[in-house]
Amino acid sequence: MANLTLVQAITLALQQEMAKDSRVVILGEDVGMNGGVFRVTEGLLKQFGPERVIDTPLAESGIMGTAIGLAMAGMRPVPEIQFEGFLGPAYDQLVNHAARYRTRSRGAITVPLTVRVPVGGGIHAPELHSDSPEAIYAHQPGLKVVMPCTPYDAKGLLISALRDPDPVIFFEPKRVYRSFREEVPEEEYMIPIGQAKVVTEGTDLTVVSWGASVFQCLEALDALPEDVSVELIDLRSIYPLDLDTVVQSVQKTRRCVIVHEAPKTSGFGAELSALIQENCFLHLEAPVQRVTGFDTVMPYYKLELDYLPNAERIGGAIGQCLAY
Amino acid sequence: MEGAHAPESGGLGARSERGGVTAGLGVGYARASRPGPDSVAVARSADPMPLKKVYEARIDYLQIMDEHGKLDEKLAKGIDGKPVLSDDEVLELYRFMVKCRALDEVAFKLQRSGRMGTYPQNKGQEAAAIGSGYAAKRGVDWLVPCYRENAALFMHGLPMHYVLLHWMGDERGNQIPEGVCQTPLCIPIGTQMLHATGIAWAFKMRKEPRVAITYFGDGATSEGDFHEAMNFASVFATPTVFFCQNNHWAISVPRESQMASETVAQKALAYGMPTIQVDGNDLFAVYKATKEAVDRARGGGGPSFIEAVTYRLADHTTADDARRYRDEKEVEAWRGKDPVIRLRKYLEAKGMWDDAKQGALEDEAKPMVAAVVKSAEGIEKPSVEDFFDHTFAALPRELELQRRTMQTHSLGQDPEQAGLRGVAERA
Repeated sequence: MANLTLVQAITLALQQEMAKDSRVVILGEDVGMNGGVFRVTEGLLKQFGPERVIDTPLAESGIMGTAIGLAMAGMRPVPEIQFEGFLGPAYDQLVNHAARYRTRSRGAITVPLTVRVPVGGGIHAPELHSDSPEAIYAHQPGLKVVMPCTPYDAKGLLISALRDPDPVIFFEPKRVYRSFREEVPEEEYMIPIGQAKVVTEGTDLTVVSWGASVFQCLEALDALPEDVSVELIDLRSIYPLDLDTVVQSVQKTRRCVIVHEAPKTSGFGAELSALIQENCFLHLEAPVQRVTGFDTVMPYYKLELDYLPNAERIGGAIGQCLAY
Repeated sequence: MEGAHAPESGGLGARSERGGVTAGLGVGYARASRPGPDSVAVARSADPMPLKKVYEARIDYLQIMDEHGKLDEKLAKGIDGKPVLSDDEVLELYRFMVKCRALDEVAFKLQRSGRMGTYPQNKGQEAAAIGSGYAAKRGVDWLVPCYRENAALFMHGLPMHYVLLHWMGDERGNQIPEGVCQTPLCIPIGTQMLHATGIAWAFKMRKEPRVAITYFGDGATSEGDFHEAMNFASVFATPTVFFCQNNHWAISVPRESQMASETVAQKALAYGMPTIQVDGNDLFAVYKATKEAVDRARGGGGPSFIEAVTYRLADHTTADDARRYRDEKEVEAWRGKDPVIRLRKYLEAKGMWDDAKQGALEDEAKPMVAAVVKSAEGIEKPSVEDFFDHTFAALPRELELQRRTMQTHSLGQDPEQAGLRGVAERA
């Protein structure tokens, strides 16, 4: 068992799966010689060669479309989109083909691919390197969307994604790529897609989050008075969603605060709120609260920490929700 | 453009000089030729820094059988000296062409009589589909179509009524049978060539001697995905054949408004890809050019581009009225170049066909087409659960709940709301 960062856990998962399954190929910009701009695919070109770790031309739709073709023809491609902001050009191929091929062909032709995308803000990056578009893809039927935020979860979820017979978008919160280490088993293990994690148990209020925001939530929880007991859930899987874990928790605590980086309107918190009020209506003691990015374009990095949900805003929302 | 040679008006009757073709690429295939180190420097003046030619391009146009059915015997032979298509093959392909035309005409009538939704006729483009389809190996090579090459799909094992089912709003028309190597009809224009490139890439990765041939129109070559596909295919030398049916119209937009390029074929030059323009209504030229491209790909020579110059004899779809934007004189001129008519003239001139045989063929085609329609219309209505069942390999919880209850509102999904249950228990 080694102490790995999120980056290293992902590299390990890729390496182990590629060694085990010759159908797995990585393709994207700078993933080979350069090992990926975040070094997530470091060493893989050397180990597996240029036929399996492929430096592609600068063309996101091209990367996605050829990956779809590879998947249709029996490979297990892992296309990388360098930053979530560049999913735009690949959107058409993703939602109009990858997501639809199984339905369109009634299962005759399927697209088992895993799209890896660094996501989220907080790293002082240029424009379009700090967004959170998970809700857009959760809204497209036929796509699975996951966002682990710990090394242990990342390896387990990635292996599940790589083996999933359907297209999975594997969002990697770049803010926590290297921010901490934890023990990651050497042997293979899978975390099922659609399973959330209770990070800390509590009785007074439930916080639901995903991505790097989970750590802002932990910071907020640390600052709460001793007698306040908050249950923190890391969704890990946006779609499919582990509704049972959330419902069980909110039925117990009766109050809920949802935290995500993406803008408020039509963010995934909106979906979660609707589901919570449907399933916990008579249990709720306060309206479900959402602490999110503002409904503005993500600002350039000078103001990004003011934009992103931070411990102060989260703590404030928890306090107000408890006081309702 | 230095060195480039383009037939006028998109290839209508124009014929470039043949010969001088880059060695090893077969008849008419043009690739950029890079002058060697001893290339002639072209001095513009007494300028001490003369210009040096670093690239020269040309596009060749191939026609073997003209619109009167007259065959160029020499061109009709392969490098082995044998005819590229035997008499028996031409006869069989002609018969097939007539049957596909008959089905296409009946499909039009089905829409007009309310029995089928919008349908895009393939009329006038049969030689392009059949000649190219015949060059690929059934059950081995993949076809990645858009929607105007039905004849090729049928040749490769797609049951004919599947196309009707597709346009009748039934996904079972896309449920490609096991062992049939093709993708379903593709609606978003210009997106399928990337899939063909990826499929071919998989063949290359697994060292399988298989080829992917993808079909698209002149309009599709304006889409970004076309260029990305061409680039990826060239960079990775995938065994892909890019077959463009230039039928001169993208709904109401003529080729001349679609692009500034003199030919579609020359777009491939930018990718260093062997490219050729052929008479798309000439079964022999289409077959010969495609066979070379397929063989090149299968032999590890990478992708090729073929521009089949043809014409969309009917409207874009049954929802379109081309009289609004097309000159009837132009359509009439192209009716004269109909691939079916010219092939019949060829066969008749060779004494292999006559009116009696034509009559017999048409009598054979009618019940065949009727049977296809019957298969399509006779299918039982899909059940509503069907639209859930293929969303994922295994349905997630919420989806399974929606499928079971056919409701999305929570009270409709579970009247015994968990919330209510909890209250009842506490009471």
